[in-house]
Amino acid sequence: MTEMVYGSVPVSSGDPVLPRWWRTVDRWTLSCVLALFGIGLLLGLAASPPLAERNGLAPFHYVQRQAFFGSVAIAVMFVTSMLSPTLVRRLAVLGFLAAFVAMLGLPFFGTDFGKGAVRWYSLGFGSFQPSEFLKPGFVVVAAWFMAASQQLGGPPGKSYSFGLTLIIVMLLAMQPDFGQAALILFGWGVMYFVAGAPLLLLIGVAGMVIFGGTVAYSNSEHFARRIDGFLSPELDPRTQLGYATNAIREGGFFGVGVGEGQVKWSLPDAHTDFIIAVAAEEYGLICVLAIIVLYMAIVLRSLMRLMKERDPFIRLAGCGLAAMVGVQAMINMGVAVRLLPAKGMTLPFVSYGGSSVIASGIAVGMLLALTRTRPQGEIGDILLRRGR
Amino acid sequence: MIRTPLRPLARILKARDQGENPDRIEAENRRLRHEQMQDRARQRAEGRLLVLAGMFFLAFCTIGLRMGVLAGTVPEEPTAQARGNPIIGQRADILDRNGRILATNLQTHSLYAQPPQMVDPEKAATELAAIFPELDAEELLEDFTGERRFLWIRREISPEQMQAVHDIGDPGLLFGPREMRLYPNGALAAHILGGASYGREGVSSAEVIGVAGVEKFFDDQLRDPANEGAPLHLSLDLTVQAASERVLQGGMMLMNAKGASSVLMDVHTGEVISMLSLPDFDPNDRPRVLTEGDQGDSPLFNRAVQGVYELGSVFKIFTVAQAMELGLVNPDTVIDTSGPLTWGRFRIRDFRDYGDELSVSEVIVKSSNIGTARIAQTIGAERQRDFLGQLGFLEPTPAEMVEAPTGVPLLPPNWSEISTMTISYGHGLSSSPLHLAAGYASLLNGGTRVEPTLLRRDRPQRGPRVVSEEVSAAARLMLRQVVSEGTASFGDVEGYAVGGKTGTADKPRPTGGYYEDKTIATFASVFPADDPEYVLIVTLDEPQIEALGETRRTAGWTAVPVAAEMIRRVAPLLDMRPDVETLTPVGVTLTSN
Repeated sequence: MTEMVYGSVPVSSGDPVLPRWWRTVDRWTLSCVLALFGIGLLLGLAASPPLAERNGLAPFHYVQRQAFFGSVAIAVMFVTSMLSPTLVRRLAVLGFLAAFVAMLGLPFFGTDFGKGAVRWYSLGFGSFQPSEFLKPGFVVVAAWFMAASQQLGGPPGKSYSFGLTLIIVMLLAMQPDFGQAALILFGWGVMYFVAGAPLLLLIGVAGMVIFGGTVAYSNSEHFARRIDGFLSPELDPRTQLGYATNAIREGGFFGVGVGEGQVKWSLPDAHTDFIIAVAAEEYGLICVLAIIVLYMAIVLRSLMRLMKERDPFIRLAGCGLAAMVGVQAMINMGVAVRLLPAKGMTLPFVSYGGSSVIASGIAVGMLLALTRTRPQGEIGDILLRRGR
Repeated sequence: MIRTPLRPLARILKARDQGENPDRIEAENRRLRHEQMQDRARQRAEGRLLVLAGMFFLAFCTIGLRMGVLAGTVPEEPTAQARGNPIIGQRADILDRNGRILATNLQTHSLYAQPPQMVDPEKAATELAAIFPELDAEELLEDFTGERRFLWIRREISPEQMQAVHDIGDPGLLFGPREMRLYPNGALAAHILGGASYGREGVSSAEVIGVAGVEKFFDDQLRDPANEGAPLHLSLDLTVQAASERVLQGGMMLMNAKGASSVLMDVHTGEVISMLSLPDFDPNDRPRVLTEGDQGDSPLFNRAVQGVYELGSVFKIFTVAQAMELGLVNPDTVIDTSGPLTWGRFRIRDFRDYGDELSVSEVIVKSSNIGTARIAQTIGAERQRDFLGQLGFLEPTPAEMVEAPTGVPLLPPNWSEISTMTISYGHGLSSSPLHLAAGYASLLNGGTRVEPTLLRRDRPQRGPRVVSEEVSAAARLMLRQVVSEGTASFGDVEGYAVGGKTGTADKPRPTGGYYEDKTIATFASVFPADDPEYVLIVTLDEPQIEALGETRRTAGWTAVPVAAEMIRRVAPLLDMRPDVETLTPVGVTLTSN
C-alpha cells in the first residue's frame, strides 16, 4: 500500500555492494597493487633507517610513516574503486580543479626544501605535492573532453584538452619539474593516440617534444647537467647514478642479503628515487624482476580489459591512468639502469612519500573503478544480430 | 563521399502521408549514425590499445633485460681520483751498461685511516704506536676522534708491519698498494741516480717521481706509459763503480781528505764508466738538504759534476798541445823558465827552481808554471779562449742529469793577458772534474771532441777535430813521461802504460786570496798512453799526509797513488790485458821427456 502511495522503493541492481564489487573488480590488478605496497614497506625497512639516523629520528620512523600513508592510500584506493564511473569523473574533475589552484599558488606559498625546485607545500606534519594529485585528475578531465568530442555535435574536446595540457606542462616546467611535465604530456599523448589521433600528427608531436627538449637543454642548467651526465659514456662512481649502478652490480642475481646492502648509506635518495637500487642490492635481480612483472601485470591487464570497454570516456581515462602508472615506474627504473637521463621520479606505491603514495592510491583506485566488469551491450548485439 | 541525409525525403513524405511524426525518423537515423561512429572508434581503439600494450611490454622487458645485464657484471670500486687524470704508478727500471739493476720498483703498501669507519679508535691508536715507534698514540687518537675523515699514516710499510696492522683488525685502517723505488746497491752511484719520491698520491696508487740526478732528468721517459716500462741503460759499469768506490773511500781516509771524486770515461765514446763523489748517501733514504753552511759539504753535493774548482797544473797539457797544434813549439823547443816571472804586480813562481831553461817536454814533466805561462803568452788570450771552448770548458757539461747545468765553469770576467798566463797552468778558471775528463778525452783520443754522456753508446763519438793526431800522440807521450820520470811517478801501474798530469791548486778563500794549507789535488790520467782507452780523473779535497818528514799536500803524493790503485783494480774489470813481458819459465824441465 505504501508503495502504491509513495511510489516503489528504488530498484536495487540486485546484490549488495561489496559482493558485486568483489565480483566485478579486477582482482589481479588489485593483488598486484597490494603486493607492491608490501614490497614498498619491506624495502623501506632497509632503505630508510640511514636517512632517519641522519635526521636524528628513530630508525623506523619513516617506515611507520610509510605504513600510515600506505594504509590511507589503500583505504582511498578501495573507496575509489567502488565508485561508479560517473562519480569518478565528477570527483576527479573537482579534485583536478583543487590541485590546479594549489599548483598556481605554489610560487607564492610553496617551498623547495632546498632541492632547487618549488614543488611542495609544507604542512607541518608532512609535505604535499599538488602535481602528484593533479596527474590522475588531469587524465580524467582530458578523457572527458576527448570522449565528448566523439559525440555527434560534441565540443572540440581534443583541442581543449591539448590546450589544458600545454598550460599544465608550462606550469610544471616553471617549477621546474620536467619529469612530471613529460609524464603529463605522455599521458595526454597516449589518450589522444587511443582516441584516434592521425598518425601524421603523432609524428609531429614527437618532433615537438624533441624540439622542446633541445630548448630546455640549452636554456636550463639544471636540465642540461642531467642530460650531460646521462650522455657521458664514463660514469663517475661517486655520483648517485654511479652508486646505483654499482649497487645493482653488487646485488647480482640473488642479492647480498637482507640488511647487508651498502648503497643506502651513500645515496641521499635511496628511499625515494633510487629505491630500486636498494632492492637490487639486497634482494638481487629476482626482486627487481618481480617488481617489473607486477607493474607490467597492472598495465597490461588494465589495457586488455579496456579493449572490451565500449564507453569512450572509460576507455580513455582508464588507459591514461594505466599508462601514467606504468610510465612513471618505467622512468624510475630506467634511470637506475641508465636507460634514461636522471629525473626525480618516484616508483609508484614503493617509494617513500605521502603525496606520492596517496596519489598513486587514488589513481589506481580510479583505474580499478573504471576497469570493473560492466555489461557492454553484448545481449543487444546478439538480439539485434549486429555483427561487428 | 556519399552523404546519407538524416531526413531522407522519400521516407519523410511517406510518413507524413501516414500521419506519423517525421522527427522520429531523423532521431532513429541519428542514433544509427552515432552507433556506427562509436563502433568505428572502438575498433580503432582496440587496435591501438593492443599496440600500446605491446609497447609497454617491450619497454618493461628492456628494463628487465638491462637490469639482468647490470646484475651480471662486476662492480667497480668507487675511487677518489679525478676522472680523466689517472695516476700512473709504474716507473721503468734503470740498468747499468751490462743490464744489472741500479733502480727498480718494489710492491709495497701504504697505510691510511678512515676514522668514521673505526670501531675502536683508542685501541687502534695505541697498537699503531706500538708497531711504529715514531708515531705518537695521543696524536693519533686525536686524529681518529676528530673531524678528519681520511689521513695517511705511513707512506710505505713492510710486509711484517702490514700483518701487524692487519692483526689490529680495525676496519678503519686500510692499505693502498704502492710501488716503491728501490736502489738495491745502496749508496753506489747515488749521485748519478739521484732519488725518487711520491708525487700525487691516491688510495689505489701513487706517482713515483724523480727528485734528482738521472731519475729526474729522465722522469718523463721513465714514467711514460707509451714506453711500456722499457728500462733505461746507463753507461755506468756497476762492478767498476763498486771497485772505484772502495779504492776512493780508502784513499780519501788515508790521505785525510774531506772529500773526493773520480771520473772514469771512455775516451772514444764519452761514456762515463764510473763517477764518484764522496761523501755520498743512500738514495733509498735521501738526507735532507743542508739549511746552513756550504752546500758543497753536503753529501748530496756531486763534486764530480756540480763542484767547480781551480784544478791547477792538469791544464798545462792543454796549453802545450795548443802551442804544438799552432806550430809555435815542438816538444824539444827550449823555453825560458828563469823566475820568478813578474807581470805587473803578479809574480809567477815554480814549486821548485827548475833552472833557467827547460824543453817543452820538461816543462810538462817537471810542471813548470813559468814555462807554461810563457808559452801561453805566445798563444794569446783569444786563441786560448777559443781552444778551451772547443774542449767544453766554457759551459756546463751536457751530462744527462739535472745537476749538470748547475756545474757552471767560473771564468775570469775579462780574459786579460795575466788571466791567460794563470789559466795556462790551471788557475783563474774553475771547472768540474767531469769537464776535465771530457777535455782530456778529447785531447788524447786522437784529437776529436767528445762530450760526456751517462747513457750507453754503441759507437764512438765523431766530434769536430780539436788537435791533430800527431799533437795528440805527442801530448800522450809527454803525459807518459810525467808518470815514468816526473811528478806522478807513484802513478805507474805495470802493464798499463799510464800517462797523466798532476795538479795541485791552492783553495781560494771565500774572502779572496788563497789558503796556504788547503789544496785540491788532482791527477788526470789516461791509460794505456800508447793506445788510449780511458781517462781517469781523481780529485782529493784538502788531502794532507806526513811523508819523509814533511807535510805533503801535492797531488803527486796524494791523488796519484789513489788513482794508480784504482787503475790497478779497475783495468782488469774493463777487460784490459796488462802489457807485460811473458817470462819463459827457467829451470823447469818437463819430466815427460
